[in-house]
Amino acid sequence: MILKAEGVSKIFGGLVAVNEVSFEVSEGEIFGVIGPNGAGKTTLFNVISGVYYPEKGRVFFKGKDITKLPAYKRARLGIARTHQIVKPLNELTVLENVMVGACFGKAGANLKRAERIALEVLETVGLSDKAEVLAGSLNVPQKKRLELARALASQPEVILLDEVLAGLNPTEVDEMLKVILDIKAKGITILMIEHLMHAIMKVSDRIMVLDYGRKIAEGTPEEVSKDPKVIEAYLGDPDLALKLVKKEGSA
Amino acid sequence: MKRGYTLFWLVPFLLVISLYPVVTKSVIARETVFIILMYVSLAASLNIIMGYAGYVSFGHIVYYGIGGYVAFYLMHHVGVRLVPAMLVAGLFSALMALAVGEAVLRLRGAIFAIATIGVNEAIKSLVTNLSFLGGATGMFFNFKIYRAYGGAAKAIWYAYYVMVAVTLITVVVSYFIKTSKFGLGLFSIREDEDAAFVLGVNTKRFKSLAYAFSAFFPGMVGAVFFFKAGNIEPEDAFHLVKSIEMIFMVMLGGYGTASGPVLGALIYERLKGMLLVNPLFKNLHLAIAGFVLLLIVLFAPGGLVGYLRSKFRKLRGVLE
Repeated sequence: MILKAEGVSKIFGGLVAVNEVSFEVSEGEIFGVIGPNGAGKTTLFNVISGVYYPEKGRVFFKGKDITKLPAYKRARLGIARTHQIVKPLNELTVLENVMVGACFGKAGANLKRAERIALEVLETVGLSDKAEVLAGSLNVPQKKRLELARALASQPEVILLDEVLAGLNPTEVDEMLKVILDIKAKGITILMIEHLMHAIMKVSDRIMVLDYGRKIAEGTPEEVSKDPKVIEAYLGDPDLALKLVKKEGSA
Repeated sequence: MKRGYTLFWLVPFLLVISLYPVVTKSVIARETVFIILMYVSLAASLNIIMGYAGYVSFGHIVYYGIGGYVAFYLMHHVGVRLVPAMLVAGLFSALMALAVGEAVLRLRGAIFAIATIGVNEAIKSLVTNLSFLGGATGMFFNFKIYRAYGGAAKAIWYAYYVMVAVTLITVVVSYFIKTSKFGLGLFSIREDEDAAFVLGVNTKRFKSLAYAFSAFFPGMVGAVFFFKAGNIEPEDAFHLVKSIEMIFMVMLGGYGTASGPVLGALIYERLKGMLLVNPLFKNLHLAIAGFVLLLIVLFAPGGLVGYLRSKFRKLRGVLE
């Protein structure tokens, strides 16, 4: 188990954003996290990466309790992430952005080595030709790649991908999926949040489904997609749907 | 963050300016250059926290005042010589910055800027009420102090040389900070502190260190300035207008660049000199500076150096 959460809860005022969620991720797998909007997926990522501390429960990384560890220390241990709402360092070049990841993440590189790592990673994500451009001038799909590059440059053991496919066109999605599978091939464990069902079903080894902060299902993509609770979460009450169909038939 | 060739012209440039009064033996030129160097050093050190880390320290002059008082006290009452007193003053300013930073660096943006003004005013009031520092009237040197340096005339030249050294060190250190891994971390904080934190930057420590560095040099500058002046009082040491001038110089030259504050300080000193002797503008130099600042923010937010860098890509290696 490279990453483990035990009964994690995160509460904002009266809202329980994540409610007693437990899960385990094994080394080298792609672990998908899905759920309707507001299900608490990003909050869960924030708890894992150290942006928030949970009110209840514990988080373990390679058997070590990291629940109270600040985010920058987790990055050094080997947990990297991307942001759903991209956070480029606008006035720095793309290369410098990625070097930040290499310098201060698990790689802990000096500037010279960081530059080498950054150039390599930019090649991987297909941003080489933009290395000297200011990050602020990239378009959104490019910024998503930059997020990914920055996380990869830290040479993490676990990478959290928060909707890296959102807003990409079908060709870009395919390219990004290829990059994601390449990352997996390097032995890096991936947790990913995604709304694009066919994509996440295709690449994930296991999937966890959240709804209103609770875990409602977990399993292989096939198991999850057949789970009635999951169908209910996405489509509402299955009985109600059936009734509506009948009503329409009788009218 | 690649290391270019900026220092290869910046240091000789400063040396030429510094040597001009020495070669011409002109006291008037010395006074002018002394002020220019002081501005350069103050602007370059403010730039570390403001330009690199993105924290606009509005009351930054407080560290100049603190340094001035510490050194003045040591020289006046304890009989310490200028250079050791200056080093102690710099260190004391840096330590104060670490302590003050512990509180104010938790704030961001405009709130941080306002808090630093509060710090300056609070320290000014405190010093005004401390009788061992002379209270509101401050302290005056006994002219005997200058005897150790070969008389008052020589002491002033001595202060000048020390200021040259302090300025060069400030500029070189600020350049090496900018082009180091530490600098890269500071820039990532300036651009997005939350992203930097998640990327592994120990944001709290980096900010504190940057703040301490940017307080160390003003502390030394204050020590030299008030040694040369022969007296120190709260209104002079903690003068908020000087703080605003520092911000103006950084913005004019180009915040976040190593050469920008140097050029900004030089231009500002010349501009101020011209306006002050012009009967039409003599009380308006700050108003004009404010207007220029407005134009900079609107049309060239990167200042002079930022503008040149974006216009002429080839200059980037020599204009950092």
